[in-house]
Amino acid sequence: MITATNLSKLYNGTKVLDIEHLDIPSGQNFGLVGNNGAGKTTFFSLLLDLIQPTTGNIFSKDITVSESEDWKPFTSSFIDESFLIGYLTPEEYFYFIGELRNRNRADIDVFLTQFEDLFNGEIIGRKKYLRDLSKGNQKKVGIVAALIGDPEVVILDEPFANLDPSTQIRLKKLLKELSQISGTTVLISSHDLSHVTEVCERIVVLDKGVIVRDMETSEATLTELEEYFSAEIAEG
Amino acid sequence: MFRKFLWLEWKSFLRSASFGKSLGLKILMAFLALYFSIMFLSLGIALFPLLKELYPERDPVRIVNSFALVYLLFELIFRFMLQTLPVMDIKPLMVLPILRKKVVNFVLIKSLFSYYNLLPLLLIVPFGLYCILQEGYSAKGMTGWMIAMYASTLCINYLNFIIKKRFTENLKALLPVVAIGLILALLDYLKIFEITNYFGEVLNYLIQNPYLAIAPIVILILLFVWNYYNLKGKFYLDSGLKGKSKAVNTREFGWTRKFGSIAPFLQQDIKLIWRNKRPKTTIYMSLILLGYGLLFYPNETYQGMPAFFVFVGIFITGIFMINFGQFVPSWDSSYYQMMMAQNIPMKQYLASKLGLITFSVVVLFILSTPYVYFGWDILVLNLACALYNMGVNAPLLIFAGSFNKKAIDLDKSPFMNYQGTGASQWLVGLPLLLIPIFLFWIINKFINYEIAIGFLAFMGVLGLILRPHFLSFLAQRYRSRKYVMIQGFKQKGD
Repeated sequence: MITATNLSKLYNGTKVLDIEHLDIPSGQNFGLVGNNGAGKTTFFSLLLDLIQPTTGNIFSKDITVSESEDWKPFTSSFIDESFLIGYLTPEEYFYFIGELRNRNRADIDVFLTQFEDLFNGEIIGRKKYLRDLSKGNQKKVGIVAALIGDPEVVILDEPFANLDPSTQIRLKKLLKELSQISGTTVLISSHDLSHVTEVCERIVVLDKGVIVRDMETSEATLTELEEYFSAEIAEG
Repeated sequence: MFRKFLWLEWKSFLRSASFGKSLGLKILMAFLALYFSIMFLSLGIALFPLLKELYPERDPVRIVNSFALVYLLFELIFRFMLQTLPVMDIKPLMVLPILRKKVVNFVLIKSLFSYYNLLPLLLIVPFGLYCILQEGYSAKGMTGWMIAMYASTLCINYLNFIIKKRFTENLKALLPVVAIGLILALLDYLKIFEITNYFGEVLNYLIQNPYLAIAPIVILILLFVWNYYNLKGKFYLDSGLKGKSKAVNTREFGWTRKFGSIAPFLQQDIKLIWRNKRPKTTIYMSLILLGYGLLFYPNETYQGMPAFFVFVGIFITGIFMINFGQFVPSWDSSYYQMMMAQNIPMKQYLASKLGLITFSVVVLFILSTPYVYFGWDILVLNLACALYNMGVNAPLLIFAGSFNKKAIDLDKSPFMNYQGTGASQWLVGLPLLLIPIFLFWIINKFINYEIAIGFLAFMGVLGLILRPHFLSFLAQRYRSRKYVMIQGFKQKGD
């Protein structure tokens, strides 16, 4: 589904990302882990063609993302609040995204009913602009909007941050179902090792832009990850 | 503690995102400041002899006093529009062990060191000194006068903050105040209740009894204290610092659906304009400037110069186009990343912007049809100008927009706000106006008036026919500028 080859990104001569080869098969729940500055957001931004790679390319379904716009119809994402339009109400925002993905209002209304628990009555019908919602609620809107229109690839940067515990649990369930039932390729990044091991089938650890671990999730993964990150502290 | 605050201010000034980038703008501002300083200073020096020459039988100081209230009123109006309370970013300071009192005092005292408070000084002091040194007025009296006048302008400084705090959220509440002001002005004009004269008399009396200058100083202190408590009370997250959120209007603008594939974007843009302060002001500006023609059409001076009417025609049918179009795509800066990652072909995005601009030109042209009163040729000329705007100027503006990479804060008022303005914005206005004027002028001179008008209209229609090609080119251009724009829009701050 997604292939990165020779991918690197330089800022003022510092390499912030350097991936020789990475292949993410279709339908995989893919997790990206790493400390701040490891290159997670850079990788996602490259994947969405928001920044230009210094070398190499990313192919999404054999489409070179930096050269064609054809990956947009099947890819959706939520990176941060700059993906929200502050002066719209949540409903309007959902309808707008729906229209971009060929879903009419009725479709969206049906689609939104499954998130009633998640929204907890704080989002729909409150007559508030997105910019006036709390950070957590903004995040919920962004994540749900990224699921509109059955995308084949969903990219979420730090989806668990700022969310309350019940929402985190609901979101984990949702993300697992997404790849199992509809075969969606889900890419997430997280600082929370237990969340990411619970959700993802495969976890890649980045350190200073380089892939240092690439593992299939198993019982032992969480301990392994914890050991890896505590080892860094011991060394330092 | 004050030194620490000043240090913070200085850092925020030096390290703001656009520092150094907009050097041209800074030079322009400095030039304007210098210009106004010199104007005020020369007026301050020359006011006495000037008044003496104009009204030899009256005492210039008394004339000045009788206009003092009007002057102060104008100062208030200007300050209201231009000056804002220099609220530091106090949010991060709230949890630090700094006395609330100190922060508030700093903010208020800092406002005294504003350019707006320097200007009246340049007017008042030279005038006072001239009276004492050249005309032999009592030094004591005039010193009292100077102190009183300057204290009054500082009162205006603080009064403005109070008015701003009270009314910026709710401009309608300002109406009674404006109404009272207008009634007083009317009564004064009809000589029923001459408040300006009474105020002048008070000032005359003050010159006789200079110790009365203490009165405005007391008022000044009271206003300071009022402001102090006002601000101190707002030093909580939920009152002053966090924006109010009230129930919002969710108008749907359903009629935009008729526009097919660009409909969602069009709807988006209309919401953008309707719900945010800065773009909303562009609409009011367009409607006000629609009256521009009244200055030119009846005026004898311009009758022999039809090229001038081309300027007016382009201007009134295209004013929204110029105001809105020059900031495409900066209007979408706060969520530009999303727009670029979403399922939106660049061409459609730009087509909707062009669509909105075209629509505005049509509306403004229809609104300008009453100018037919000044002759049918004006109407025909405006039609040609509108066509030219739609066909040629609109794509040209969108092209200029591709040089934009500065973010816009949608909620800031546009008055004296140069946010998002770069050199290209200053330059782009010229070709939009000058090219059609030049084309018209040259054809009108060597062939005739009808062909000149026809040519403008023809250019416009040609542009409309070629629009799909323009769009492909523009989409190409925007795609290649995409990364620079995203990078630029991420940098907030003035």
